[in-house]
Amino acid sequence: MADIDALARRLAAELGAEQVVTDRQELRTYECDGLAHYKVVPALVVLPHTAGQVATVVRACAEAGVPFVARGSGTGLSGGALPHAEGVLIVTAQMRRILEIAPADERAVVEPGVINLQVTRAATPHGYYYAPDPSSQQICSIGGNVAENSGGAHCLKYGFTTNHVTGLQIVTPDGELVRLGGRALDPPGYDLIGAFVGSEGTLGVATEVTVKLTRLPESVRTLLAAFPSIDAAGAATSAIIAAGVVPAAIEMMDALAIEAAEAAVACGYPPGAAAVLIVELDGPAPEVEAQFTEVTALCRGEGAFEIRIAADEAERALFWKGRKSAFAAVGRISPDYIVQDGVIPRTALPEVLRRISDVADSHGVRVANVFHAGDGNLHPLVLFDARVEGEAERAETVSGAIIDLCIEYGGSITGEHGVGLDKAKYMPRMYGEDDLDTMQLVRCAFDPDHLSNPGKVFPAPRLCGERPGGDLAARFPGVEVF
Amino acid sequence: MGALDELTRPAGDDDHVGGVPARLVASPASTAEAAALVAAAGDLTVVVRGGGTKIHWGPSPRALDLIIDTRRLAGVVEHAAGDLITVLGAGTPLDELALGDQQLAIDAAPGATVGGVVATGASGPRRLHYGTARDLLIGITVVRPDGVVAKAGGKVVKNVAGYDLGKLYTGSYGTLGLITECVFRLHPRPAAAAYVRTTAPAQAVPAILAAQVAPTAIEIDTATGELAVLLEGTPGGVRERSGLLEKLLAGEVSEAAPGWWGRDPWTADEIGMKLSVPLSMVPGLIESGSTLRGSAGTGVLYAAAHDITEVERLRAQCVRSGGHAVVLTAPADVRDILDMWGPVPGLAVMRRIKDQFDPDHRFAPGRFVGGI
Repeated sequence: MADIDALARRLAAELGAEQVVTDRQELRTYECDGLAHYKVVPALVVLPHTAGQVATVVRACAEAGVPFVARGSGTGLSGGALPHAEGVLIVTAQMRRILEIAPADERAVVEPGVINLQVTRAATPHGYYYAPDPSSQQICSIGGNVAENSGGAHCLKYGFTTNHVTGLQIVTPDGELVRLGGRALDPPGYDLIGAFVGSEGTLGVATEVTVKLTRLPESVRTLLAAFPSIDAAGAATSAIIAAGVVPAAIEMMDALAIEAAEAAVACGYPPGAAAVLIVELDGPAPEVEAQFTEVTALCRGEGAFEIRIAADEAERALFWKGRKSAFAAVGRISPDYIVQDGVIPRTALPEVLRRISDVADSHGVRVANVFHAGDGNLHPLVLFDARVEGEAERAETVSGAIIDLCIEYGGSITGEHGVGLDKAKYMPRMYGEDDLDTMQLVRCAFDPDHLSNPGKVFPAPRLCGERPGGDLAARFPGVEVF
Repeated sequence: MGALDELTRPAGDDDHVGGVPARLVASPASTAEAAALVAAAGDLTVVVRGGGTKIHWGPSPRALDLIIDTRRLAGVVEHAAGDLITVLGAGTPLDELALGDQQLAIDAAPGATVGGVVATGASGPRRLHYGTARDLLIGITVVRPDGVVAKAGGKVVKNVAGYDLGKLYTGSYGTLGLITECVFRLHPRPAAAAYVRTTAPAQAVPAILAAQVAPTAIEIDTATGELAVLLEGTPGGVRERSGLLEKLLAGEVSEAAPGWWGRDPWTADEIGMKLSVPLSMVPGLIESGSTLRGSAGTGVLYAAAHDITEVERLRAQCVRSGGHAVVLTAPADVRDILDMWGPVPGLAVMRRIKDQFDPDHRFAPGRFVGGI
């Protein structure tokens, strides 16, 4: 730990002692992110206030060969911000200034610690909002959203973080401050913003983010439709898409998820529903009215036995309350649960849900389903009681089997929570060795020493810039290489 | 050289890039064939060519042995209508796509291929609403310069597993390898569409954006002094919105696009530029006196410059406004003395990326930013 002590002294001198945390008790408060069953106490925590300070910290880490992990609000669900035991945790929570709301450019410029919803709040008086809306938007940071390429319920129509970032200032893993893009579109050269957004902290630290602001829609209409079966709700989803409607959101919950939401927030969904859909349309009033009538008819046509239409903002909020609280609500019906995140082609939804149900039954595990039905993004909640021997293992098995199903149906192992630490092991099942190798060429260009969030995303790091024979010799000193 | 002889043919008179003649041409018909070709061409310099509609974009290559023609890598590999996605061979011409009541919402020149549009990051009027190739591309298959085949992304729109290599290849001008297959997100074809045409100035754009008409495109053309807005949606909705806009702009509703819509504003003996500025800087740019055309709703416009002085003046104005100015194409006599790409922030990282993907700098050498 000599390196760390020296690093701590250097950073305390350069940043100020109050911005460097060395106290063991205090360090423990950073031991996990939103995926709380992984815990690692960082060797050091720093709380920079400026981009320059982030660069100072990263440069010091690079010079000392010490790994670093950036953390925003720590709400991530894949262990992406899990600290490194011998590394520095760079917490961007102090960098929370909105630098500019520029409605005339349809942009906002913010520091990475700014909370997602704050951007929308600041833009709303000008008639704009920030479209990506992860369920954690009241607490998650824009810097974290950039790292994870966060989506949300409305990304069906509006896209993800990557479609809304036009400029970044980053600190590269060698400690250099680099500006990429800005308010104007299409900067010349490789799309480094596209490579950086969603790289889960492995290519450096974002210190300033320029995002698109989206015009507030003239009209928003939301309905809640109750179905007698999951298949009927799935068929309604397909029918809406087939009709050429692109809703802002189509969300589905199954009976168990509804039960949990009722217990937690009394959202008052129609009793007896095997599945509910929340469908939201937004845009110019004449378009929305025409399509809303069509969507209502399609839901009824697929067997919806009750359709409620939000009469006002309060009722709309109540529809969404059940959905947005679903993860936490499951705590009411089960002492422990795993939140899974996988993607399948939308048309495979009914079939995959049946298979998830079969897998769950065969292991005696309950699974509550909450998902973004419009884009096939599943969030099965695998319920268990850790006090009962074997239950945690069975839940883990079912959770893994769900990911295998997503891969089997040509989907993805993660739609929005990221790979992080948790899913690095699944990467070789979704991608071939050459695919992973190619991705790591990008890593090597940014971070050849693997100091930026090491051990995340990729199951095994690529050795950068060395000939294959050289790699072997480095890994196995003394072994002859032929 | 045996394998290479079988996979290539001698170049003809038309097989040159920016005035540099190639020695050989190859037209692989599958990703596997393309990989074998690239592996066999281990010490050759390579330029990839699709429909050839933009092959004159960018600086001339420093050297050119082999042109890889992608046009046999063509066809709709898959169209999953219910999932709103399609898998396309890179050589597929965009104007030949038949996707029923769905569309790949990318504007392209007649004859332009999927791979060419992705590799150049070309875009057109409808980018205001649908975004560009970077936003619509959800999966990609490439042959790396070392002949290795790699895939990234997949067939679902929502996917955050691993690095988004599709974005890195989009607009990379063939410098990172050969794109063989692309997966795209599709959109439904709108039931109705209308154009509102007016002579209102660029200053009217904020009013259009504020008017809740959800425009698909807002285009401006200085030569005709015209501003045109494309509206799409339900028949009733389009009627109502175009009526509203007609009043707001003192314009007229038209079923047809203006003749200049989506076309490059330059002629063969002019310098063609792509300019991008923050939205609030568009009126200033329009008033610069240059011949401009393009997306006033996103700040991405195209200019026909007459000489290097005009290029420098437009570039200075764009850069000062926080934007960029790239020369896409230029007549032979000025091509070699022009800085086509202009200033490029982040160039050091870009060079490291090129070094990782193509350490011997064989793919499109010299065609990209900073001489990459």
